[in-house]
Amino acid sequence: MVKQEKEFVNRPDNTAFTQQRLPAWQPMLSAGIIIPGFVLIGLAFIGIGVALFVTSQSIQVLEVDYTGVEQSSPCFKCSDPDVKNCVCKMEFNIDSLFKGPVFFYYGLSNYFQNYRGYGVSKDPNQLSGDLDSFKVPSDSCAPYEYVGKTPIVPCGSVANSMFNDSFKLYQIVSGAKIQVTLDGKGIAWWTDYNVKYRNPSVTPLKNAFNGTVKPTFWSKPAYELDPTDPANNGFINQDFLVWMRRAALPNFRKLYRRITEGDYAKGLPAGNYSLEIAYNYPVLSFDGRKKVVLSNVSWMGGKNEFLGIAYLVIGSMCVVMSIVMLIVYAKFKFPEEE
Amino acid sequence: MSYHLYTVGKPTAERRYVEKYWKEVRVGDFIRLRCNEILPADVLLLSTSDPDRLCHIETATLDGETNLKQRQVVRSFFDLDCDFDPLKYNGIIECEKPNNDLNRFRGYIIHRSGRRDALYKENLLLRGCTIRNTEEAVGIVIYAGHETKAMLNNNGPRYKRSKLERQMNVDVFWCVIILLVMCLFAAVGHGLWMFQYGDKRPVFDVLSPEGTDLSPIMSAIYLFLTMIIVFQVLIPISLFVSIEIVKICQVYFIHQDMDLYDEETDSHLQCRALNITEDLGQMQYIFSDKTGTLTENKMVFRRCTVAGVEYSHDANARRLAMYQEMDSEEEECTSHGGTLPRRDSVTSHHSAPVVVLRSQSTKSHRRTGSRAEAKRASILSKHTAFSSPMEKDITPDPQLLDKVNECSGQMDFMRFHSQPMSQLPSDLSDIIDFFIALTICNTVVVSSPNQPRQKVRMRFELKSPVKTIEDFIKRFTPSRLTSGSNSSSSSSLVTNRSSNKGCSSMLSSPSAESTLTKLDEEHPRGGLDQAFSPAPPSYDGKLWNLEEGELRYEAESPDEAALVYAARAYKCSLVGRLPDQVTVELPHLGKLSFELLHTLGFDSTRKRMSVVVRHPLTDQITVYTKGADSVIMDLIKPPNTGNSKGKRQKKIVYRTQNYLNLYAADGLRTLCIAKKIMSKDEYACWLQRHLQAETAIQGREELLYESALRLETNLQLLGATGIEDRLQDGVPETIASLRKAGLQIWVLTGDKQETAVNIAYACKLLDPEEEILTLNADSQEGCALLLEESLHYIQTKFLCSATDQAAKAFHANFAPFEIYPSSSPPSSSHTIPLVVHRLGLVIDGRTLAYALDKSLEDKFLAVARSCRSVLCCRSTPLQKSMVVKLVRNKLKVMTLAIGDGANDVSMIQVADVGVGISGQEGMQAVMASDFALPRFQYLQKLLLVHGHWCYSRLANMILYFFYKNAMFVALVFWYQFYCGFSGSAMIDQWYLIFFNLMFSAFPQLITGTLDKDVSTETLQQLPQLYVSGQNSEEYKPYMFWMNMIDAFYQSLVCFFIPYFAYADSDVDLFTWGTPITSLALFTILLHLGIETKTWTWMNWLSIAFSVALFLTVALCYNASCPTCYSPSNPYWTMQRLLQDPLFYLLCVITPVAALLPRYFYRACQGTLFPSPVQVGRQLDKLPAETRRNILSLSRVKVGSPLSPEPPFLSLTKPSPKGCNKKDQRGFPGSETSQAKKGPVLPADEETGQRSPLEPSDSEMGPSDIYTLVPKEIDAPPYTKDAPPFLEERRPPSDKDSECLDKTLELSERSLSSWITSTPLLAQTDCVQLTLPPDGGSRCVKYTRNSEERLPLDHAVHPAHGTEQMAEQSLHITL
Repeated sequence: MVKQEKEFVNRPDNTAFTQQRLPAWQPMLSAGIIIPGFVLIGLAFIGIGVALFVTSQSIQVLEVDYTGVEQSSPCFKCSDPDVKNCVCKMEFNIDSLFKGPVFFYYGLSNYFQNYRGYGVSKDPNQLSGDLDSFKVPSDSCAPYEYVGKTPIVPCGSVANSMFNDSFKLYQIVSGAKIQVTLDGKGIAWWTDYNVKYRNPSVTPLKNAFNGTVKPTFWSKPAYELDPTDPANNGFINQDFLVWMRRAALPNFRKLYRRITEGDYAKGLPAGNYSLEIAYNYPVLSFDGRKKVVLSNVSWMGGKNEFLGIAYLVIGSMCVVMSIVMLIVYAKFKFPEEE
Repeated sequence: MSYHLYTVGKPTAERRYVEKYWKEVRVGDFIRLRCNEILPADVLLLSTSDPDRLCHIETATLDGETNLKQRQVVRSFFDLDCDFDPLKYNGIIECEKPNNDLNRFRGYIIHRSGRRDALYKENLLLRGCTIRNTEEAVGIVIYAGHETKAMLNNNGPRYKRSKLERQMNVDVFWCVIILLVMCLFAAVGHGLWMFQYGDKRPVFDVLSPEGTDLSPIMSAIYLFLTMIIVFQVLIPISLFVSIEIVKICQVYFIHQDMDLYDEETDSHLQCRALNITEDLGQMQYIFSDKTGTLTENKMVFRRCTVAGVEYSHDANARRLAMYQEMDSEEEECTSHGGTLPRRDSVTSHHSAPVVVLRSQSTKSHRRTGSRAEAKRASILSKHTAFSSPMEKDITPDPQLLDKVNECSGQMDFMRFHSQPMSQLPSDLSDIIDFFIALTICNTVVVSSPNQPRQKVRMRFELKSPVKTIEDFIKRFTPSRLTSGSNSSSSSSLVTNRSSNKGCSSMLSSPSAESTLTKLDEEHPRGGLDQAFSPAPPSYDGKLWNLEEGELRYEAESPDEAALVYAARAYKCSLVGRLPDQVTVELPHLGKLSFELLHTLGFDSTRKRMSVVVRHPLTDQITVYTKGADSVIMDLIKPPNTGNSKGKRQKKIVYRTQNYLNLYAADGLRTLCIAKKIMSKDEYACWLQRHLQAETAIQGREELLYESALRLETNLQLLGATGIEDRLQDGVPETIASLRKAGLQIWVLTGDKQETAVNIAYACKLLDPEEEILTLNADSQEGCALLLEESLHYIQTKFLCSATDQAAKAFHANFAPFEIYPSSSPPSSSHTIPLVVHRLGLVIDGRTLAYALDKSLEDKFLAVARSCRSVLCCRSTPLQKSMVVKLVRNKLKVMTLAIGDGANDVSMIQVADVGVGISGQEGMQAVMASDFALPRFQYLQKLLLVHGHWCYSRLANMILYFFYKNAMFVALVFWYQFYCGFSGSAMIDQWYLIFFNLMFSAFPQLITGTLDKDVSTETLQQLPQLYVSGQNSEEYKPYMFWMNMIDAFYQSLVCFFIPYFAYADSDVDLFTWGTPITSLALFTILLHLGIETKTWTWMNWLSIAFSVALFLTVALCYNASCPTCYSPSNPYWTMQRLLQDPLFYLLCVITPVAALLPRYFYRACQGTLFPSPVQVGRQLDKLPAETRRNILSLSRVKVGSPLSPEPPFLSLTKPSPKGCNKKDQRGFPGSETSQAKKGPVLPADEETGQRSPLEPSDSEMGPSDIYTLVPKEIDAPPYTKDAPPFLEERRPPSDKDSECLDKTLELSERSLSSWITSTPLLAQTDCVQLTLPPDGGSRCVKYTRNSEERLPLDHAVHPAHGTEQMAEQSLHITL
């Protein structure tokens, strides 16, 4: 026998794999499976859709456009790029309790933070506190790399174009303005604040910036961004971090503050409010819009009805399809029984 | 790197050979080789240790032939007594330039004396061959390195591009267009976007590094280039790599298939071309060789006729039948073992009864003998190709055996009494001459199995063949010639048992022993004693038998071996062959040595071979010629009718011709044997010119050819042999199955028309019910006329007569599969509407040559393509390739050529796919082929299963690839609308790179390799499924666009669902882009899931692996380096996303929304309008038992795409009630199609179960059909054919439907009785189109032995029955 086996040196292996006989599941797209499957998927989706929609409905959003395009707008006077240090006030009122925690966003429209040349224009080494990069910023920052021969820190277009409007929110209670405490901590990603961005380990921070200049559009150097909190300066300034995280789409909002402290932690009560805006950022040159958004959030983020509707639509489509198929199937399957 | 050291000699002062590397071998080096060494270059043989100045080589590496070949020392070095000394060599060799013709070498050697000696291919040892049986050989290197013939022949694998790839390349081109359009769009968009800002620079716009401002136009141009880089994924470069990987896997699986493995020869299928596997699934035409491809090329001697007397060898036939019976236990076919011969009384091969018998008889003995036996034989003699016992053990015809004995007895007596041999009665002398011719007129080498590589030496003297005139004069001096059987003649090789004369000593000990001792010195390995023990002068049968058993014959062609074995059965056995002599052992006479003066080898133009010998008994110079009957018969000396001898001769010729016709009609290969006695003057005269021819440099072939023609004239016919070339296993079934698969099968053979036609009937290529158009023309005009007539005939018969029932039947039966692609209406079909009629075309080589002329080829094609089978006989290799080329180029079809011999090489190379049978005719065909099969029947699985799979897998994978790339790239494209067309991407750069490379790469490879749309069994049992590949249904041009549209739709969904979900949020670029990447991946994988038909664990694993890989890579990447990967740096993005419920919600809804349309389409299509392949898949799901029932009924209406009723949905619940109801309602329809199928059924569909073409078949046929009808009634509903209105819609022409309406009006009763009253074979027509050679009378005659089928109108009245049959003959005079 052994000898005989040796005769067949070329005999292929008789295994399920080589003979292509592996056990296999053959899903058959037959009506019997598809129709119930579609119905099940459709129903599940409708369920999810309803839940999402309801959740989304419960979220309150308040948007205040302060670009000042219309002449009636209080900020119209500030929209002229020649006017410096302009402050304008927007008044609005809240009908019912705006449940907390309320998130305070600023929003920009028609602003292409995702523009390719713009996004590239930064030096990650510099931003992680590398002092060598302070002296010689990365070429990617050009043309916001040097002023003359002095390096710009933080260099690049993204940092240069940092949003520099600031807001103060007051509740007007019987004529009196009560300032709403805005919490500027923890608005950036934890990893950005702790890992990705670092100030150079030089104390005081100001010394690290010797021999450098601030970005051309900035009014204050990086180490003086937040005079109230020394830990919120340099590259780990929360507003800076938020700005540096580029928005995906041209209409975006960025978190400015949270209202989590003090009397307004539970929400903004109904009433009149006044928003005091230090209007610095020019957007009209590119037809941009600026707005302030107050919103509370749910487990699924901000207010967005789309996903709930999408689930509902897709779910209903599945059900409709299954019904269509059932009709067609029934018509053709049982022609004798008509 | 090979470190073989070779002894290369240079005439150095040290006078010794030094070892060198192969690469150092140079032209002009002297080289010494020892036994079993491989030749490093093409070497001219100058000296060997062999006393015959021979060198044996094995050429298996070159042509696969394992028999030893002899090579001779250059003639001028022949007589060197001492060892060859390179130092003394001073000739000049002139030879032709290096070329790749292995069988040709021309040149001459100019000696110092100025004498020129010609060099032949027999002098050349080719690189790669192995020296065998020769102690030492010395030669001079003629060609070295890449100039050697072996290397020049080694072209490497040809690059063929498959049809699918050609189609794909068009779409790749479209991809480029799409890419450019997208880039252009983006560039224009960017220009406009820039333009709208005018001079105001927005803060997010970045100036160039130099701080300058780019104009919108310039930035648009830059952006165009940027976009090409961003979108380049659209050009599926990875597709080409993936295709190669998948093809290699496919090749691996084809290699590994047990069903394609032949145990007998221990060989499996070889894929020699790695890149055209999918072409196997798209074949439309098969061109097959006959001999060795359809038949086994195992030649079995069946019968012979000697001197006009036929010896039928009944016992031999019975023996052959026995081999069959051993095998036939598992076969149901009724074996008519012993009764198969003697059917040859039927004269015409056109008439149906013969055909029936023929196919039956062939079937009953077409097996090779039992497999076990064959295996044993192959184990016993691994090296010899032709040694199956069936071929060797021929049972002699007792009558003939008696005559042989009587004859040799008389000769013995006469020799003893010194009487001249001419006194022998002529019939007896013819018999003995006949067998001597069989024995010596060949190139068979005798060897002994104990020492397989040793030639048996029965050597009596050393003498070279006649080489020069002087030699001739010296050897043929009158005194010696007249000495006759004089014992003193050294050349007389008479061995005589009772002879006291000197020659007896030659036979026995002394000389033989001296040779032996010499050999012993040469081969000190020993073990030669038994091999060379000289045959004692004994004449009793036992010892003779014993010795005979040990001899083995190695022949270059199996015919030769068969004849030698046949002669041996009559105790006339070849016992030794040397270049100059052949030793034959005859009963009573003992061993006779024939001095071999010349061998004029076989060639295909002469179609014969001759040997010139000196007969040892009569001492006459005798020419024995063996060849094709057509040529030999022309060379027979016109008998002088005056005397009785002449009359006898005439009678012999006449009778032999008769028997030859019978043999041919019986499918036997015929050979004629003739002889001629030359006077020495004639011989001298011929020899002189022959020697001139031999030494000529210019046009030597032609001169030799003419010389041979001069010799082979005025022959005397001895007899003829009939050799059977048995059909290979499963050939008829394979052909039937391939034909059902919509393949046109053409047989191109070099054989005679009669033989070819008979084999064609035997293998069911031609059908007894078919009309045969035979085209034999002798002139261009005649051929043109014939073609014209045939066309006209076909048109009148088939196209214009809508009521022609036969055509109708054919339409009805084949319409869904063969005529029009089932998925598309006939008008929109891109393939040529193959209106194939029940016609067979037989054309011979000469007519073919005319028909292939430029002016006629279109007509020829028009005729040939409307015939169901085409048979080209007597075609040369070139013609074969021309036919293939013609069909391939003109009809734009995929062609496959299959053959086994060197004559098929050109055809194999021309065809889209060349298949070689690794059979017995050497390896040339295999070397030229793309696929090498051990047997013809494996073609079925190779095409129907592997071809189908390879095609559908690759087609689906290519489409998927296009989809995948487009879908992924489109995501980035949509984003351009939201980033100012700036070329920005929300998908991280590394994901962009790895997406194709890693994340989505593996599942499609697994699916492309392993996916089976239909199982092996169903594919083989429903060959119709093959049509999907022929019509390229898996990958049609519109499918590319459908996939593109689907890709863009899906990418829109994958882009905009996240877009709206994250609209107006504070999402950052990569937190938004990463979910899109994930969604795209999931969608793409799920899409593949929809397209995957079979899910093995490997599919699951690959998909799971892809997802896991993506998540792992993303997590690792997003955690690895906070400052690297500028500009994206998605640090911690994935980690945050995984905590976001929105991400999961997106992951659920997006793939569902994206794939919903495709899934819905697939579901609807699969349920409501299943394609044949999908029906096949549904069949697979059924339990094996049910499936077998359905398949055996073969009523599967897989071909009707318009079927409102999915054929197998009702299948699972056959309720008796519904069944009855349906039967009643559906009966007329099913009856109709049943009726139409009727005539085709037995031939095409029932072959597996039973053979309806039994001898009594003309009566059985109708009843067979009748029995099928009730079966139809009883059948469960799923066997019901499509309802009538379906039938109405399918036929393309108005006439057809009109006719159908008529059919449908018939009541079921009238129909069924009509069927039963129609004789099955009645419609056999025979159209013989022959033009007289002179072409003068110009008369084309259609002989139509047809009993016309009933016109439909009459069919309503069943009572008329057969009375309506009318014999009709049609004469058309031009």
